[in-house]
Amino acid sequence: MPERAGQQHGPRDLRLVGLRKAFGSAVAVDDLSLTIPAGSFFALLGPSGCGKTTTLRMVAGLEIPTAGQVLLGDEDITRRRPYERPVNTVFQSYALFPHLSVEENVAFGLRRRGRKDVKGVVAEMLALVELAGFGRRRPGQLSGGQQQRVAVARALINEPEVLLLDEPLGALDLKLRRQMQLELKRIQTSVGSTFVHVTHDQEEAMTMADTIAVMNAGLVEQLGSPRELYERPASRYVANFLGQSNCLDGSVVATQGDETLVEVHGVRLLVPGRLGPPGSPASLGVRPEKARALPWDAALPADSAVRDPALRNAIPGTVTDVSFTGLSTQYVVRTAWGEDLGVFSQNAGGEAPVLRGDTVVVAWRPEHTFPLAPASVVAEEAAEQPLPRPAVPPTMAPLGS
Amino acid sequence: MNRAVHAVRRHAVMAVGVLVLLYLFLPVAVVVAFSFNDAAGRFNFSWQGFTLDAWRHPCRVPGMCESVSTSLQVGAIATVAATILGTLLAFALARHQFRGRASTSLLVFLPMATPEVVMGASLLTLFVNVGVATGFATIVIAHILFTVSFVVVTVKARLAGFDSRLEEAAMDLYADEWQTFRRITLPLAAPGILSGALLAFALSFDDFIITNFNSGTTITFPMFVWGAAQRGVPPEVNVVGAAMFILALGCVGGAEVWRRVRAARR
Repeated sequence: MPERAGQQHGPRDLRLVGLRKAFGSAVAVDDLSLTIPAGSFFALLGPSGCGKTTTLRMVAGLEIPTAGQVLLGDEDITRRRPYERPVNTVFQSYALFPHLSVEENVAFGLRRRGRKDVKGVVAEMLALVELAGFGRRRPGQLSGGQQQRVAVARALINEPEVLLLDEPLGALDLKLRRQMQLELKRIQTSVGSTFVHVTHDQEEAMTMADTIAVMNAGLVEQLGSPRELYERPASRYVANFLGQSNCLDGSVVATQGDETLVEVHGVRLLVPGRLGPPGSPASLGVRPEKARALPWDAALPADSAVRDPALRNAIPGTVTDVSFTGLSTQYVVRTAWGEDLGVFSQNAGGEAPVLRGDTVVVAWRPEHTFPLAPASVVAEEAAEQPLPRPAVPPTMAPLGS
Repeated sequence: MNRAVHAVRRHAVMAVGVLVLLYLFLPVAVVVAFSFNDAAGRFNFSWQGFTLDAWRHPCRVPGMCESVSTSLQVGAIATVAATILGTLLAFALARHQFRGRASTSLLVFLPMATPEVVMGASLLTLFVNVGVATGFATIVIAHILFTVSFVVVTVKARLAGFDSRLEEAAMDLYADEWQTFRRITLPLAAPGILSGALLAFALSFDDFIITNFNSGTTITFPMFVWGAAQRGVPPEVNVVGAAMFILALGCVGGAEVWRRVRAARR
């Protein structure tokens, strides 16, 4: 990569402070505060209409916040014009200039800043996105994937401190999307700019980002690494937006050291962490792939005090659906109180097959349980994902898309 | 059997297509052919023999070349003015929300919908009432008036398909407002503006009715032809007509060749 022109300072964090944007009476982004570390790959994940694109546009300068600040390091860029910020965008629909060649599209930013000898840099950039030799074509003569790479090249060539990606892979088919995900990640690592990626695709966010902010209704629901968000979702919304979860509501029975005993319809489950005084409402969740469906006789009686920790949390139920996907078998187990629980069983061999109609125990380790904040109304609506989805392996489920 | 039906169908479409083209171009062909006619009498209506006389000395007919020059001047001024005004109007209508936008949109159509006779007569009434002597200036004013609408409609149609994200992308890539307009907006709107301008010129060059009301003693080419028709149209009029046609054809053909050469170079 060429030298980082126009950057006289070290890497700077992108900070959003109390950012708010209202369109008339509709609030798109509500008091959003985030620090995006320099050089990180950051994803804003949420369903359409959650305010993620508006946030991105405020960073780009295409939208002026109603309140709050956008800071690069200590420099306030809230009200700077788009062309006065060291920030470039890869637009959702690419927004390539149809009347200019690929070369001129890529060179556009450099030329506007008065750079004359752009040929070499442009060729280098096109090589980076594997489009050497396509320079003289028009955007209309390229495939979707190629256009997408031109859009990336056109933004990256300016060596922005922050590169904004607005659902840039949405228009591509699955295979190409995978390829571009890896490609973008590779480019980000080699260039070292801060990438802020807006997407509604949880899998895309998890594949690429170091840090994900899950947004909902203009607010950040949870912030963390993909693993943190997946293993310890804080809310029902996050638990179901990233992958799938079994969520249960109950009340606290007692606190045992660093664990809490929660009763759900008469079944006592152990949850890590302290969830409040006895009697207070508590919610918990477990991932379908962390749970097992065991034939009734294989599990110990539910009220036994000494048991295998892998069976410590156990809910009896009846298998109502079994679907074999090759990679795993997915069960739906109906509990005595009528709630459906999903169980994904890896096809590793060894476990006795369970059939529809069997009485089973859904069991999992206490440490795989995650406590959930009581569900809000908005989160409830967004989380209405049927569980489980047969025929799609859990990691590929296009939830929220 | 099936193949035969298919062949007939295909040729039927072809035949109809050729007939329609003939219908469209026959009058033009007649105009061009009769520009080479060695017309004996006052009228150039029957074929007398081939000659290049009219092409060699088109200006020997008194007043004709002056009228062509007048028409070209009127057309040029009216086109430039109408294109600028119409483009500005189209941008305002396509891009901005303002009070009275819907009614402006509607009013722009009015000059196109008004019968030319009505517009010509009312314009004359207006000029007489405010004491403006009719002549070259009033022709230009009238022509700008009735061509603006056509420019607005053409440019607006082009802007309707315009993706404003392209402008955002340009601004994101360090182009300020003026550069964005010059590098992105204008080049992309240019085909619309150009066809608007061509349309305005064609309408202006061709107009007789409105011009006739507001011309005073100035004579444009259509008025000259009308006047000449009373006494007999000389072949030189056909020369001007044929020349205009060939010029237009040359422009279109040239543009196509240029486009192909550019495409081949890539």
